[in-house]
Amino acid sequence: MPDKNVYLDYNATTPLRPEVAEAMKLDLDVYANASSMHEAGRRARARVEEARAQVAALVGIHSDPERIIFTSGGSESNNTVFAIMFHLGRKSGRKGIVTTAIEHPCVLNAALWLKEEGFPVTFLGVDEYGMVNMDEFRSAVGQDTLLVSVMAANNEIGTIQDIAAMAEYAHAQGAYFHTDATQAVGKIDVDVLAWKVDYLTMSCHKLYGPKGVGALYLKKGAPLEPLIRGGHQEHGFRAGTYNNIGILGFGIAARLARSELVLYGTRMLQLRSKLRDGIIATIPKVRVNGHPSNVLPNTLNVSFPGAEGEAILLYLDLAGIRVSTGSACASGSLDPSHVLMATGVGPELAHGSIRFSLGRDTTEADIDYVLDVLPKAIARLRSMSTIEA
Amino acid sequence: MSDAFAWLYSDVVKDHFMNPKNVSSPGDSFEADATGMVGNVKCGDQMMFLIKVKDDIIVDVRWKTYGCASAIASTSMLSEVIKGLHIRDAYNIKPEDIAKRLGGLPDNKIHCSVLGDKALRAAIDDYLAKTGREGLYRNEGARIICSCLNISDRDIEDAVKHGARDWASLQERTKIGTVCGGCKADAEVLLHEYVHIFGDE
Repeated sequence: MPDKNVYLDYNATTPLRPEVAEAMKLDLDVYANASSMHEAGRRARARVEEARAQVAALVGIHSDPERIIFTSGGSESNNTVFAIMFHLGRKSGRKGIVTTAIEHPCVLNAALWLKEEGFPVTFLGVDEYGMVNMDEFRSAVGQDTLLVSVMAANNEIGTIQDIAAMAEYAHAQGAYFHTDATQAVGKIDVDVLAWKVDYLTMSCHKLYGPKGVGALYLKKGAPLEPLIRGGHQEHGFRAGTYNNIGILGFGIAARLARSELVLYGTRMLQLRSKLRDGIIATIPKVRVNGHPSNVLPNTLNVSFPGAEGEAILLYLDLAGIRVSTGSACASGSLDPSHVLMATGVGPELAHGSIRFSLGRDTTEADIDYVLDVLPKAIARLRSMSTIEA
Repeated sequence: MSDAFAWLYSDVVKDHFMNPKNVSSPGDSFEADATGMVGNVKCGDQMMFLIKVKDDIIVDVRWKTYGCASAIASTSMLSEVIKGLHIRDAYNIKPEDIAKRLGGLPDNKIHCSVLGDKALRAAIDDYLAKTGREGLYRNEGARIICSCLNISDRDIEDAVKHGARDWASLQERTKIGTVCGGCKADAEVLLHEYVHIFGDE
């Protein structure tokens, strides 16, 4: 089985869709600087704007694509929002930042940066399913809150938050609302107008497009300050020559993701259920992490007590199955997944957790193969474990 | 390092991981003369070593672990190496020797291989205690950390085993670093390592 390659790490990144790759190849000669006035530049610019409209449509904007700013990816988009708040908070004195304990490291670290700069920062806890506790949320967000930043869907456990409810409450208190929707966009219906968020982060490589491209949605009138200063691209809010090919790829990936969203969701959910039910049926004493229903259709996180995550990962990898783990050993730190720990599962379950994130190319046969290999791996590791499952 | 994970996929490591040697299995009737257990689940790894000793020679060995791939591979290798060795020689095997036999481990994985070595030493200590020779090899191979007060890595290890968890409590127990203080950085690295291995809260 050396050639076996069952890739189940789509939340880490996705392969380039053949249609996107093909379109990008055809556009490789769109080399002109999209800010140039000449014909070649204007032609490039037209393609960039076409892509902008496609990306905007994916998050529910059909009339004002200018609300989308292209960036280098999710991390830049998130950092941009926190940089805006840094300037805003220093000017106004209103400095409260409310976020959650389960954010992506780029939000956590951006929030910690503001904390060092003297901004009061609250990291909200979550319940056992990874949902933000609304009572805790309401008592944390108040008249001194400048920004609330809550991820739309979690990368590790797939839990989907009630963004609309939180944004509404934050706005009633006069705070801005940002959501990191990196994992949600392209997987579930994301509608910035229904959610009423001020800022929303997107990344292209999570939806079968190229790496190195992302976007930030900003509501009309929401404050903006450049993170990267320089030329007047993106109305002066994000300097740097346009990444033509990457942006064109983003546009096509967004268009395809939007047109296939329902089909994708149905298929992923079906495969996920098959995997989940198969694991529960064949392996004793497992725990499925994340919310039972408010969950990304492609994401399944399972803890296997008695077996250590990195060992499981390697065992599967040697059989051609690519997954990720919340184990500390795999991360290079001594701490297991901060997300699982925040849900209160305890270190043993966090160290023994595996994330299966399915994708467009996943087949029933792939799931059958995992269900053949995984029980053996767990049985093997448990048989030599010092810890009872 | 160009490929941080390449070592995992060397044939030697792969074989020891997929077919670990001398693993204690559920139906095994192995009768150990001594046992050593280190690590805890909170830190994500735990190791147990069982040894059978005759005339101070390790005649057979079993081990179990809740641990990562490198802990499994390096302990499997260690368990092969020590069979037939005098307990004193086994006691003084260094994790680096095992890492070398595995073709080298990256820095962040040395920690994982230390676990097997510590569990083995705990088992040998247990054997020595059972045969009325408690602490016999304790200072062998020790590395002096605090040269002002002649305090070794083994002293730090002992202090952690007896409850030291931070610099203040380590100083309280050993007086380490109370003269020139030049050893603090080195000592804290060891302290952190030992708290990880032996700490249980």
